Amino acid sequence: MSNKQQLNDLVVQVRRDIVRMVHKVNSGHPGGSLGCTEFLAALYNEIMEVKDEFKMDGIGEDLFFLSNGHISPVFYSVLSRKGYFPVEELSTFRLINSRLQGHPTTHEGLPGIRIASGSLGQGMSVALGAAEAKKLNKDSHLVYTLHGDGELQEGQNWEAIMYAGSKKIDNLISTVDYNGQQIDGSTKEVMDMGDLKAKFEAFGWDVLDIEKGNDLEAIIEGMNAAKAKTGKGKPVCVLLHTVMGNGVDFMMGTHEWHGKAPNDAQLESALAQNPETLGDY
Amino acid sequence: MKKYTYTEKKDTRSGFGAGLAELGRTNDKVVALCADLTPSLKMAEFIKENPERFFQIGIAEANMMGIAAGLTIGGYIPFTGTFANFSTGRVYDQIRQSIAYSGKNVKICASHAGVTLGEDGATHQILEDIGLMKMLPGMTVINPCDYNQTKAATIAIAAHEGPVYLRFGRPSIPIFTPADQKFEIGKAVMFNEGTDVTIIATGHLVWEAIQAGEVLAEKGISAEIINIHTIKPLDEEAIITSAAKTGCVVTCEEHNYLGGLGESVAGLLATKLPTPLEFVATMDTFGESGTPAQLMEKYGLSSSAIIEKAEKVIARKN
Repeated sequence: MSNKQQLNDLVVQVRRDIVRMVHKVNSGHPGGSLGCTEFLAALYNEIMEVKDEFKMDGIGEDLFFLSNGHISPVFYSVLSRKGYFPVEELSTFRLINSRLQGHPTTHEGLPGIRIASGSLGQGMSVALGAAEAKKLNKDSHLVYTLHGDGELQEGQNWEAIMYAGSKKIDNLISTVDYNGQQIDGSTKEVMDMGDLKAKFEAFGWDVLDIEKGNDLEAIIEGMNAAKAKTGKGKPVCVLLHTVMGNGVDFMMGTHEWHGKAPNDAQLESALAQNPETLGDY
Repeated sequence: MKKYTYTEKKDTRSGFGAGLAELGRTNDKVVALCADLTPSLKMAEFIKENPERFFQIGIAEANMMGIAAGLTIGGYIPFTGTFANFSTGRVYDQIRQSIAYSGKNVKICASHAGVTLGEDGATHQILEDIGLMKMLPGMTVINPCDYNQTKAATIAIAAHEGPVYLRFGRPSIPIFTPADQKFEIGKAVMFNEGTDVTIIATGHLVWEAIQAGEVLAEKGISAEIINIHTIKPLDEEAIITSAAKTGCVVTCEEHNYLGGLGESVAGLLATKLPTPLEFVATMDTFGESGTPAQLMEKYGLSSSAIIEKAEKVIARKN
């Protein structure tokens, strides 16, 4: 996707998908999903090299693992609009017998998903295994992950961060959705993690910030810079400074919309702010 | 009673180590992971011969389970190694989400199961692991009975697609199964045909059951002795056929009766063929420090306990 307008259109359409999916079943997580919309749209369409046909082993292509599985709406929307499965299937989100479970799973065979996530803190470990497999397979493609910043309170992350630094897993780019919010309030109030950059660096990572985490150009530039840092003996961490709920004014910058669906009027307002581009599902 | 003899005693964990070493030579997709316990898990031979296919994780079992799940995505067959306690209870959620629910082809290999770990005491003696693992949908649960069977099981699970929990232990016990036995997942092994009582045993309690069978024979009691090495999926047909013949059952395992083999057999019989049943198992308790033999005796896991329960269950027959 080389056209900037096309990517921008995708972002707006994905926002529409997110709020419509969550509104329909009156459940799901719009805030974090909207905050990561530009990132995932750019990642899948500008940064990662992926094959058209989905194969679990992912040999010869880049891989992505979503560790904070609750932002499934944005993941499902981006995957379907990349062509992994029909966009019409987004209408089954969180419904009985759907492949689009509340949190992503391989259990129902949904193309594009390689691991279940939802119980937090597990994605980086899985990505490390996939990265080790790539090294064994002499596959030079990269492994990408996304984590919530609050999610880093889970101890397993630090086992994984330690391993990645110690074992020089330099084919991994882990991005932290650095929005400073979690369910019970700001991350500072709930469990201040201090200087994340210094922490990752102390564990042997190369760290870079993307200050404008909702700006497509900044994301693409930052992720290309991250890619350039791979293969040099260090795992790479991207601190992606995002605004929760980005693109829907009343959802922005607050943790209130972490796991809450808009009502009919709110949906109308959200959709009016994001006019249809690629066609609703 | 069929006669069983042995010439050598060995720990079942060494059977795992030997099986893993053989897999290292025959299957280049097999990789091994360990959380800082390679001597205890007898992994040295595999590591020496396949250093590039071994991952030292450090003391970080949760990370180990996730890395194992990730390795399957690239087409590998990971064998994780640590104590049974740290292979299950410590990492239950990681196994549940990243391995079982995700349907990943990980082999969770667990040593030092049960009280016979000995002097280290209850913090390390898990008696709940079979229950934890068998409750996970899609998980295969295997607890072999001696060195040879453990080696054969280790090799067999590499060819099985799907998550497996393989449980073995620390104490040296007689090698009484043939070295060339074929290991069939989910298939019971008949050790002695009998008519008065069915003794169903798993792990090294199979040897205790055989010894009990000899004493019972002297008392004129004919015991049918069946080895259930695969607790899940359970060989229902073998169990029902035998229970129908003898009319009563004793189950034997080094595990809590809640959640163990006995509970699986009880559930099967209750729904298909109600039959008097007695448990040789630990009775909802933690273990403690001591020698394996002392602990087997104190927690009612030895052949004398099996004899007692066999006579009790026979008396309950109508």
